[in-house]
Amino acid sequence: MLAGQLPLNATDRELSRFRFRIALAGVAVFAAFVVLIVRFVHLQVLQHAYYTTRAEDNRISLVPIVPNRGVIVDRNGTVLAHNYSAFTLEITPSKVADLEATIEGLGKVIEVLPKDRKRFRRLLEESKNFESLPIRTRLSEEEVARFAANRYLFPGVEVKARLFRQYPLGPIAAHAIGYINRINKRDLEIIEENEQAANYKGTDHIGKTGLEQKYEYQLHGQTGYEQVEIDAGGRAIRSLSRTAPVQGNNLTLTLDIKLQEMAEKAFGDRRGALVAIEPASGGILALVSTPSFDPNLFVDGIRSDDWDLLNNSPDKPMLNRALNGAYPPGSTFKPFMALAALETGKRTPGQTISDPGFFNFGGHQFRDDKKGGHGSVDMYKSIVHSCDTYYYMLANDMGIDSIARFMGQLGFGQRTEVDIEGESEGVLPSPEWKKRRFKRPEQQKWFAGETISIGIGQGYNAYTPIQLAQATATIANNGVMFRPHLVKYITDSRSGEQTMIEPEPLRILPWKRQNVETIKKAMIGVNTAGTAARAFAGASYVSAGKTGTAQVFSLKGAEYRASSVKKELRDHALFIAFAPADQPKIALAVLVENGGFGAQSAAPIARMVFDYYLLGKLPKGAAREDDVEED
Amino acid sequence: MLPPLLHRIWVRLVEHLDGPLLLLTASIMATGLATVYSATYDASNRLLAQAVNMAVGFCAMWLVAQLPPQKLMGFGVPLYVLGVILLICVFFFGVKVNGARRWLSLGFTRIQPSEVLKIAVPLMLAWYFHKHEAMLRFRHYFFACLLLLVPFALIAKQPDLGTAILVGAAGFYVIFLAGLPWQVIFGLFAAAAAAAPFVWTMLHDYQRKRILTLIDPASDPLGAGYHIIQSTIAIGSGGTFGKGWLEGTQTHLEFIPERHTDFIFAVFSEERGLLGNSILVLLYFLLIVRGLMIAANASTLFARVMAGSVTLSLFTYVFVNMGMVSGILPVVGVPLPFMSYGGTALVTLSVGIGILMSIQTHRMLVRK
Repeated sequence: MLAGQLPLNATDRELSRFRFRIALAGVAVFAAFVVLIVRFVHLQVLQHAYYTTRAEDNRISLVPIVPNRGVIVDRNGTVLAHNYSAFTLEITPSKVADLEATIEGLGKVIEVLPKDRKRFRRLLEESKNFESLPIRTRLSEEEVARFAANRYLFPGVEVKARLFRQYPLGPIAAHAIGYINRINKRDLEIIEENEQAANYKGTDHIGKTGLEQKYEYQLHGQTGYEQVEIDAGGRAIRSLSRTAPVQGNNLTLTLDIKLQEMAEKAFGDRRGALVAIEPASGGILALVSTPSFDPNLFVDGIRSDDWDLLNNSPDKPMLNRALNGAYPPGSTFKPFMALAALETGKRTPGQTISDPGFFNFGGHQFRDDKKGGHGSVDMYKSIVHSCDTYYYMLANDMGIDSIARFMGQLGFGQRTEVDIEGESEGVLPSPEWKKRRFKRPEQQKWFAGETISIGIGQGYNAYTPIQLAQATATIANNGVMFRPHLVKYITDSRSGEQTMIEPEPLRILPWKRQNVETIKKAMIGVNTAGTAARAFAGASYVSAGKTGTAQVFSLKGAEYRASSVKKELRDHALFIAFAPADQPKIALAVLVENGGFGAQSAAPIARMVFDYYLLGKLPKGAAREDDVEED
Repeated sequence: MLPPLLHRIWVRLVEHLDGPLLLLTASIMATGLATVYSATYDASNRLLAQAVNMAVGFCAMWLVAQLPPQKLMGFGVPLYVLGVILLICVFFFGVKVNGARRWLSLGFTRIQPSEVLKIAVPLMLAWYFHKHEAMLRFRHYFFACLLLLVPFALIAKQPDLGTAILVGAAGFYVIFLAGLPWQVIFGLFAAAAAAAPFVWTMLHDYQRKRILTLIDPASDPLGAGYHIIQSTIAIGSGGTFGKGWLEGTQTHLEFIPERHTDFIFAVFSEERGLLGNSILVLLYFLLIVRGLMIAANASTLFARVMAGSVTLSLFTYVFVNMGMVSGILPVVGVPLPFMSYGGTALVTLSVGIGILMSIQTHRMLVRK
């Protein structure tokens, strides 16, 4: 009995001790919760006002520091794009109660024009949240002072010192350099896709065209951050820490801006394009598309009247003709055709044809420009005097597939992958192309007759001036082909290290040296005794070239007389050339829209460019625009 | 009236559930779900995922509630041994994430063994004391402390201070409720106070920083103090009635870090104010009172100390979490029970509630 009671007593003792401790724990829990409630009362009742202020006004915020955008210079160090600092008046819409009244009030202190309001409205529609937007740019010192005196009236409005992009040479090389503009929603998507969103916090501008667009992530730099305490008015009270931004990388171009300027001037008020390439590297020396535009207009949101002017002009100044204009090459195609004939064994240099002035095929007469024909014509003469009949026959003998294969290797009908976005492909005609291009089966068939006019660079042929320049440079360089490019090297802003662009050739075409020499000799003949002899009269260097004319308007057999045709329907003038002929330093393609014969308007531009680039002077005895042999 | 078959199924389903516990847990979960939605709807909505977690939690709770306490006791030793072995594996082969080695990779998935010990340690210790019921000597308490110290040290070493505290507390509650003499308790406290300077030197840098910033959050406003500053601003600016559901500016301007997990109370508090806080604290208090009642009325030593430990552990979660979010305790990784987003903690806590239900309902069956 005693033995049985002892453990029971022990268990009972343990149970009552347990219950005491549970009760104790309960009291402790209660006390702890009372402590919590007291803390909540302290925070939420006694200090509520203080924390409300802190929540609304006294926030620590990360303010991005936008890096300086990289500078663009030409091959000689001339600045083409840089930044300058100016004051802007900016409104943060999310901090302003009545936007209308605020703008109205601001207008009484500082001049705000209707166009400024209009631009602000547009920016407001496109803007991200919490962004401050400029209502006025480029404030004068006096305006800054006037606003500062009245700023207490305008919460959410502030003067900011910002860096602006400037293109000191204005329209010169605008198509190559491009421009920056404010970031819109589509740009934002692209930034997010590229996982650059963090780096673009605070950045308002982005490259939209040209090199500014292509090298955006090189030029932009690394955004820095400043941690600041901000008060209710959005003013920074004090800075807590700062991570400096890293400036964007600088671009040094292959472009020679003086040559570019000279070439642009040579066009006068004519529309056209010129691409000059250094054959040994593919570096672009000049990339002209006229008329040009002033990229400075775009930098802070282009005004609508300026935009309308640019957009509605019949001359299409925003079109980059060098990359996006596709033109039939006309007779400038002939040297390439001749080289194809030699390489495929369809012709020898000495082989002659008899030219009666026309070529009959399938009941259709293909006419030569020269009435009565050129008589007996070998390859040299066919290029020097631009004999069409020779190439009608050659095209017929070679067949379209063989032509397309050879021209494709030279880069015709393909993007050159130049470092500017949005380049056109052009058209390299072939039966396959026709199948892709047309939908209806009867249109998809290739007719043998269509091959004939391909031989003289007409028909479906359509190439961009840069393709033509690349092909010319490849002949000048004996088949060693480079990708045309505008940036010579990128300079890292931190290390100063220079990254060269494209020192390796794209491909080497296995041409027989003697075949290339035959073509070059004939092209020299063009500039000494042929269609471009007058344009190159008296030149102290030996150059090689070929004139061309591209039909805009089919005369349906009637005779072409420039004077009787409206200007917009006149033929396009073309010219390809390189110099010095033995060791080419420059190769180019020139196109003058509605310029008539190539020898008449395009070749003299090439002469001026060569004279300037090789001799450093403007030519005195440049050919007048009349009295030249038709090509 | 239900047809007899359905009636029997219904009875089978609910016979081991405890009404007050179920009602209180479900109320807190519903509050948690609404808060998780507010904290995440404008970024990546976690509402559905959390609802799934809760469903899994309920299943775990029901399943555990079906097992009689005797059977639960049987899990003590194997779970504890398995848990400690896994912890040793973590020590040697664990995956390092953010400087802490807490996870074990199984190839297809990763597990966090320390979570198991939140249940395994009290089970093991309660079983141990139950075995020696009525004959408890000082050496039993000493050995129990050793059993607790091994997993505690392994977890603290990972380092995972939050889990170490929870495991340590769960084990300590068992030892305390089993009757650890007061002399020892006061002795331990005195020893701890004396050892504090040494412990200080052994703490990790980030742990020391947390304690220092607790004393003066303003000393490091963008680093370790940032969490505390922003969450106290959220709570304080909530005021008496709160800014309203989905209206918290601190929450939606993303000033509150970890706002759907450990700091969810800041979101709740900002939007529901003192009134909401008081109701939530009351719900937790009632839940804990119910748990303590179950403990007090339990029929065996194992059931008593286990129920007491589970209940007080729950209290520890709540107090440590609310204390850290409101700035009176250091920041340690402890979620708010049934509120914070995340499946693991939810299941562990539901198992705890299940154990309480099992103890309560099987006791009544014994009496009948």
